[in-house]
Amino acid sequence: MTTREPVLRGQGRVVAAVSAGGVLGAGARYGAGLLWPTAGDAFPWTTLGVNALGCAAIGVVLVVLTEGRRTPHPLLRPFLVTGILGGFTTFSTYAVDGQRLFDHGLPGRALLYLGGTLLAALAAVWAAASATRAVLLARSERARAAGGGVAGGADGRGVAE
Amino acid sequence: MNWLLVLVGAAVGAPLRYLTDRAVHARVGFGFPWGTLTVNVGGCALLGLLTAVAPPDVRLLLGTGLCGALSTYSTFSFETLKLAQNGSRGAALGNVALSLGAGLAAVYAGAGVGRAIWG
Repeated sequence: MTTREPVLRGQGRVVAAVSAGGVLGAGARYGAGLLWPTAGDAFPWTTLGVNALGCAAIGVVLVVLTEGRRTPHPLLRPFLVTGILGGFTTFSTYAVDGQRLFDHGLPGRALLYLGGTLLAALAAVWAAASATRAVLLARSERARAAGGGVAGGADGRGVAE
Repeated sequence: MNWLLVLVGAAVGAPLRYLTDRAVHARVGFGFPWGTLTVNVGGCALLGLLTAVAPPDVRLLLGTGLCGALSTYSTFSFETLKLAQNGSRGAALGNVALSLGAGLAAVYAGAGVGRAIWG
Protein backbone atom coordinates (compact mmCIF):
# COMPACT_ATOMS: atom_id res chain seq x y z
CA MET A 1 0.00 0.00 0.00
CA THR A 2 1.44 3.37 -0.97
CA THR A 3 0.98 6.55 0.99
CA ARG A 4 -2.21 8.14 -0.24
CA GLU A 5 -1.90 11.54 -1.79
CA PRO A 6 -5.00 13.67 -1.52
CA VAL A 7 -6.90 13.26 -4.79
CA LEU A 8 -8.59 16.67 -4.95
CA ARG A 9 -6.60 19.08 -2.82
CA GLY A 10 -4.63 21.68 -4.77
CA GLN A 11 -5.88 20.37 -8.13
CA GLY A 12 -8.04 23.34 -9.14
CA ARG A 13 -5.73 24.77 -11.81
CA VAL A 14 -4.85 21.37 -13.25
CA VAL A 15 -8.53 20.36 -13.39
CA ALA A 16 -9.34 23.62 -15.19
CA ALA A 17 -6.50 23.02 -17.70
CA VAL A 18 -7.64 19.42 -18.32
CA SER A 19 -11.24 20.55 -18.76
CA ALA A 20 -10.35 23.33 -21.21
CA GLY A 21 -8.13 20.96 -23.21
CA GLY A 22 -10.81 18.28 -23.14
CA VAL A 23 -13.33 20.72 -24.64
CA LEU A 24 -10.95 21.53 -27.52
CA GLY A 25 -10.05 17.90 -28.16
CA ALA A 26 -13.62 16.62 -28.03
CA GLY A 27 -14.74 19.52 -30.23
CA ALA A 28 -12.16 18.52 -32.85
CA ARG A 29 -13.33 14.88 -32.66
CA TYR A 30 -16.99 15.89 -33.00
CA GLY A 31 -16.11 18.17 -35.92
CA ALA A 32 -14.27 15.33 -37.66
CA GLY A 33 -17.37 13.14 -37.20
CA LEU A 34 -19.57 15.82 -38.82
CA LEU A 35 -17.13 16.26 -41.73
CA TRP A 36 -16.71 12.53 -42.34
CA PRO A 37 -19.80 10.77 -40.94
CA THR A 38 -19.88 6.98 -40.73
CA ALA A 39 -23.03 5.10 -41.77
CA GLY A 40 -24.37 2.33 -39.52
CA ASP A 41 -22.57 -0.64 -41.02
CA ALA A 42 -19.66 1.18 -42.70
CA PHE A 43 -16.06 0.82 -41.57
CA PRO A 44 -15.49 3.58 -38.94
CA TRP A 45 -12.58 5.28 -40.68
CA THR A 46 -13.12 8.60 -38.90
CA THR A 47 -12.79 7.21 -35.37
CA LEU A 48 -9.83 5.09 -36.49
CA GLY A 49 -8.14 8.15 -37.99
CA VAL A 50 -8.84 10.32 -34.93
CA ASN A 51 -7.44 7.69 -32.58
CA ALA A 52 -4.33 6.98 -34.69
CA LEU A 53 -3.63 10.71 -35.10
CA GLY A 54 -4.04 11.30 -31.36
CA CYS A 55 -1.66 8.42 -30.63
CA ALA A 56 1.00 9.83 -32.97
CA ALA A 57 0.58 13.23 -31.29
CA ILE A 58 0.93 11.83 -27.76
CA GLY A 59 4.13 10.06 -28.82
CA VAL A 60 5.66 13.36 -29.94
CA VAL A 61 4.32 15.55 -27.13
CA LEU A 62 5.09 13.29 -24.17
CA VAL A 63 8.64 12.58 -25.33
CA VAL A 64 9.31 16.32 -25.80
CA LEU A 65 7.76 17.18 -22.42
CA THR A 66 9.43 14.42 -20.40
CA GLU A 67 12.77 13.97 -22.20
CA GLY A 68 13.42 17.39 -23.68
CA ARG A 69 16.00 19.69 -22.11
CA ARG A 70 13.57 22.34 -20.93
CA THR A 71 11.32 21.92 -17.95
CA PRO A 72 7.81 22.50 -19.27
CA HIS A 73 5.25 24.69 -17.56
CA PRO A 74 3.43 22.48 -15.02
CA LEU A 75 0.05 23.03 -16.73
CA LEU A 76 1.28 22.18 -20.23
CA ARG A 77 1.05 18.41 -19.89
CA PRO A 78 -2.42 18.44 -18.25
CA PHE A 79 -3.69 20.80 -20.97
CA LEU A 80 -2.10 19.19 -24.05
CA VAL A 81 -1.97 15.52 -23.14
CA THR A 82 -4.62 14.78 -20.52
CA GLY A 83 -6.96 17.46 -21.89
CA ILE A 84 -6.66 17.88 -25.68
CA LEU A 85 -5.37 14.44 -26.69
CA GLY A 86 -7.40 12.62 -24.05
CA GLY A 87 -10.55 14.44 -25.17
CA PHE A 88 -9.75 13.95 -28.86
CA THR A 89 -9.17 10.19 -28.74
CA THR A 90 -11.82 7.84 -27.44
CA PHE A 91 -11.92 4.25 -26.31
CA SER A 92 -15.66 4.06 -25.67
CA THR A 93 -16.71 5.02 -29.22
CA TYR A 94 -14.15 2.53 -30.54
CA ALA A 95 -15.71 -0.30 -28.52
CA VAL A 96 -19.29 0.73 -29.41
CA ASP A 97 -18.29 0.93 -33.11
CA GLY A 98 -17.09 -2.67 -32.78
CA GLN A 99 -20.36 -3.70 -31.12
CA ARG A 100 -22.39 -2.03 -33.90
CA LEU A 101 -20.53 -3.94 -36.61
CA PHE A 102 -21.03 -7.24 -34.74
CA ASP A 103 -24.75 -6.41 -34.36
CA HIS A 104 -25.01 -5.68 -38.10
CA GLY A 105 -23.85 -9.26 -38.68
CA LEU A 106 -20.38 -8.19 -39.83
CA PRO A 107 -18.00 -9.96 -37.43
CA GLY A 108 -15.14 -9.88 -39.95
CA ARG A 109 -15.41 -6.11 -40.35
CA ALA A 110 -15.74 -5.69 -36.56
CA LEU A 111 -12.56 -7.67 -35.88
CA LEU A 112 -10.71 -5.91 -38.70
CA TYR A 113 -11.72 -2.56 -37.21
CA LEU A 114 -10.89 -3.48 -33.60
CA GLY A 115 -7.54 -5.05 -34.53
CA GLY A 116 -6.72 -2.45 -37.17
CA THR A 117 -7.24 0.46 -34.79
CA LEU A 118 -5.13 -1.24 -32.14
CA LEU A 119 -2.25 -1.87 -34.57
CA ALA A 120 -2.47 1.61 -36.12
CA ALA A 121 -2.53 3.23 -32.66
CA LEU A 122 0.41 1.26 -31.28
CA ALA A 123 2.44 1.71 -34.49
CA ALA A 124 1.68 5.45 -34.47
CA VAL A 125 2.69 6.01 -30.84
CA TRP A 126 5.83 3.87 -31.23
CA ALA A 127 6.96 5.52 -34.49
CA ALA A 128 6.22 9.03 -33.23
CA ALA A 129 7.96 8.51 -29.87
CA SER A 130 11.01 6.88 -31.50
CA ALA A 131 11.35 9.59 -34.16
CA THR A 132 10.99 12.37 -31.58
CA ARG A 133 13.55 10.73 -29.30
CA ALA A 134 15.99 10.46 -32.24
CA VAL A 135 15.52 14.16 -33.08
CA LEU A 136 16.09 15.19 -29.44
CA LEU A 137 19.21 13.05 -29.26
CA ALA A 138 20.64 14.43 -32.51
CA ARG A 139 19.98 17.98 -31.28
CA SER A 140 21.65 17.51 -27.94
CA GLU A 141 24.67 15.90 -29.63
CA ARG A 142 24.93 18.76 -32.09
CA ALA A 143 24.68 21.18 -29.19
CA ARG A 144 27.44 19.33 -27.34
CA ALA A 145 29.64 19.32 -30.46
CA ALA A 146 29.07 23.06 -30.92
CA GLY A 147 30.26 22.97 -27.39
CA GLY A 148 32.32 24.83 -24.88
CA GLY A 149 29.83 23.98 -22.15
CA VAL A 150 27.19 26.10 -23.86
CA ALA A 151 24.45 24.28 -25.69
CA GLY A 152 22.67 26.11 -28.48
CA GLY A 153 18.91 25.71 -28.42
CA ALA A 154 16.90 25.23 -31.59
CA ASP A 155 15.85 28.84 -31.32
CA GLY A 156 19.47 29.96 -31.45
CA ARG A 157 19.65 31.12 -27.86
CA GLY A 158 22.48 29.63 -25.87
CA VAL A 159 21.58 27.67 -22.76
CA ALA A 160 24.29 27.42 -20.14
CA GLU A 161 24.63 23.88 -18.84
CA MET B 1 -26.97 23.50 -29.66
CA ASN B 2 -25.46 20.11 -30.54
CA TRP B 3 -21.96 21.55 -30.23
CA LEU B 4 -22.79 23.00 -26.82
CA LEU B 5 -23.98 19.60 -25.56
CA VAL B 6 -20.78 17.87 -26.72
CA LEU B 7 -18.49 20.55 -25.32
CA VAL B 8 -20.23 20.70 -21.93
CA GLY B 9 -20.05 16.91 -21.65
CA ALA B 10 -16.34 16.98 -22.50
CA ALA B 11 -15.66 19.78 -19.98
CA VAL B 12 -16.80 17.32 -17.29
CA GLY B 13 -15.56 14.05 -18.83
CA ALA B 14 -11.89 15.00 -19.22
CA PRO B 15 -11.31 16.14 -15.61
CA LEU B 16 -13.35 13.16 -14.41
CA ARG B 17 -10.77 10.94 -16.17
CA TYR B 18 -7.89 12.86 -14.61
CA LEU B 19 -9.33 12.66 -11.08
CA THR B 20 -10.36 8.99 -11.41
CA ASP B 21 -6.85 8.15 -12.59
CA ARG B 22 -5.38 9.93 -9.54
CA ALA B 23 -7.81 8.23 -7.17
CA VAL B 24 -7.08 4.78 -8.60
CA HIS B 25 -3.31 5.25 -8.53
CA ALA B 26 -3.42 6.61 -4.98
CA ARG B 27 -4.82 3.20 -4.02
CA VAL B 28 -2.92 0.74 -6.21
CA GLY B 29 0.34 2.52 -7.09
CA PHE B 30 1.80 3.07 -10.57
CA GLY B 31 2.89 -0.40 -11.66
CA PHE B 32 0.02 -1.05 -14.07
CA PRO B 33 -2.26 1.49 -15.80
CA TRP B 34 -5.36 0.60 -13.76
CA GLY B 35 -6.57 4.21 -13.84
CA THR B 36 -6.88 4.37 -17.64
CA LEU B 37 -8.39 0.89 -17.68
CA THR B 38 -11.02 2.03 -15.15
CA VAL B 39 -12.11 5.12 -17.09
CA ASN B 40 -12.09 3.27 -20.41
CA VAL B 41 -14.20 0.38 -19.17
CA GLY B 42 -16.52 2.77 -17.30
CA GLY B 43 -16.88 4.92 -20.43
CA CYS B 44 -17.66 1.79 -22.49
CA ALA B 45 -20.40 0.68 -20.08
CA LEU B 46 -22.06 4.10 -20.02
CA LEU B 47 -21.79 4.59 -23.80
CA GLY B 48 -23.17 1.09 -24.40
CA LEU B 49 -26.18 1.97 -22.25
CA LEU B 50 -26.71 5.39 -23.87
CA THR B 51 -26.39 4.05 -27.43
CA ALA B 52 -29.04 1.42 -26.67
CA VAL B 53 -31.69 3.58 -24.99
CA ALA B 54 -30.92 7.33 -24.76
CA PRO B 55 -32.46 10.05 -26.97
CA PRO B 56 -30.08 11.96 -29.34
CA ASP B 57 -29.57 15.01 -27.11
CA VAL B 58 -28.55 12.90 -24.14
CA ARG B 59 -26.26 10.84 -26.38
CA LEU B 60 -24.49 14.02 -27.53
CA LEU B 61 -24.06 15.36 -23.98
CA LEU B 62 -23.17 12.17 -22.12
CA GLY B 63 -22.02 9.97 -25.02
CA THR B 64 -20.01 11.99 -27.56
CA GLY B 65 -19.09 14.60 -24.96
CA LEU B 66 -18.71 12.97 -21.56
CA CYS B 67 -17.87 9.34 -22.47
CA GLY B 68 -15.70 10.43 -25.40
CA ALA B 69 -13.60 12.67 -23.16
CA LEU B 70 -13.71 10.28 -20.19
CA SER B 71 -12.23 7.42 -22.21
CA THR B 72 -8.94 7.73 -24.07
CA TYR B 73 -7.04 5.83 -26.74
CA SER B 74 -3.89 7.97 -26.74
CA THR B 75 -3.02 7.40 -23.07
CA PHE B 76 -3.96 3.72 -23.40
CA SER B 77 -1.52 3.19 -26.26
CA PHE B 78 1.24 5.31 -24.71
CA GLU B 79 1.03 3.39 -21.44
CA THR B 80 1.04 0.09 -23.34
CA LEU B 81 4.16 1.16 -25.24
CA LYS B 82 5.85 2.23 -21.99
CA LEU B 83 5.14 -1.14 -20.38
CA ALA B 84 6.59 -2.95 -23.41
CA GLN B 85 9.69 -0.73 -23.53
CA ASN B 86 10.31 -1.13 -19.79
CA GLY B 87 10.56 -4.86 -20.28
CA SER B 88 7.05 -5.74 -19.05
CA ARG B 89 5.83 -7.27 -22.30
CA GLY B 90 3.43 -9.53 -20.46
CA ALA B 91 1.88 -6.55 -18.69
CA ALA B 92 1.64 -4.66 -22.01
CA LEU B 93 -0.15 -7.61 -23.60
CA GLY B 94 -2.33 -7.97 -20.50
CA ASN B 95 -3.27 -4.29 -20.69
CA VAL B 96 -4.35 -4.68 -24.33
CA ALA B 97 -6.29 -7.89 -23.71
CA LEU B 98 -7.96 -6.59 -20.56
CA SER B 99 -8.87 -3.21 -22.10
CA LEU B 100 -10.39 -4.78 -25.21
CA GLY B 101 -12.07 -7.68 -23.45
CA ALA B 102 -13.47 -5.70 -20.53
CA GLY B 103 -14.30 -2.72 -22.78
CA LEU B 104 -16.41 -4.81 -25.18
CA ALA B 105 -18.01 -6.75 -22.34
CA ALA B 106 -18.88 -3.44 -20.66
CA VAL B 107 -20.53 -2.14 -23.86
CA TYR B 108 -22.79 -5.20 -24.05
CA ALA B 109 -23.47 -5.15 -20.30
CA GLY B 110 -24.37 -1.45 -20.43
CA ALA B 111 -26.70 -2.02 -23.39
CA GLY B 112 -28.30 -4.99 -21.62
CA VAL B 113 -28.89 -3.07 -18.39
CA GLY B 114 -30.29 -0.12 -20.34
CA ARG B 115 -32.76 -2.29 -22.28
CA ALA B 116 -33.77 -4.16 -19.13
CA ILE B 117 -34.61 -0.94 -17.31
CA TRP B 118 -35.81 1.44 -20.06
CA GLY B 119 -36.31 -0.90 -23.04
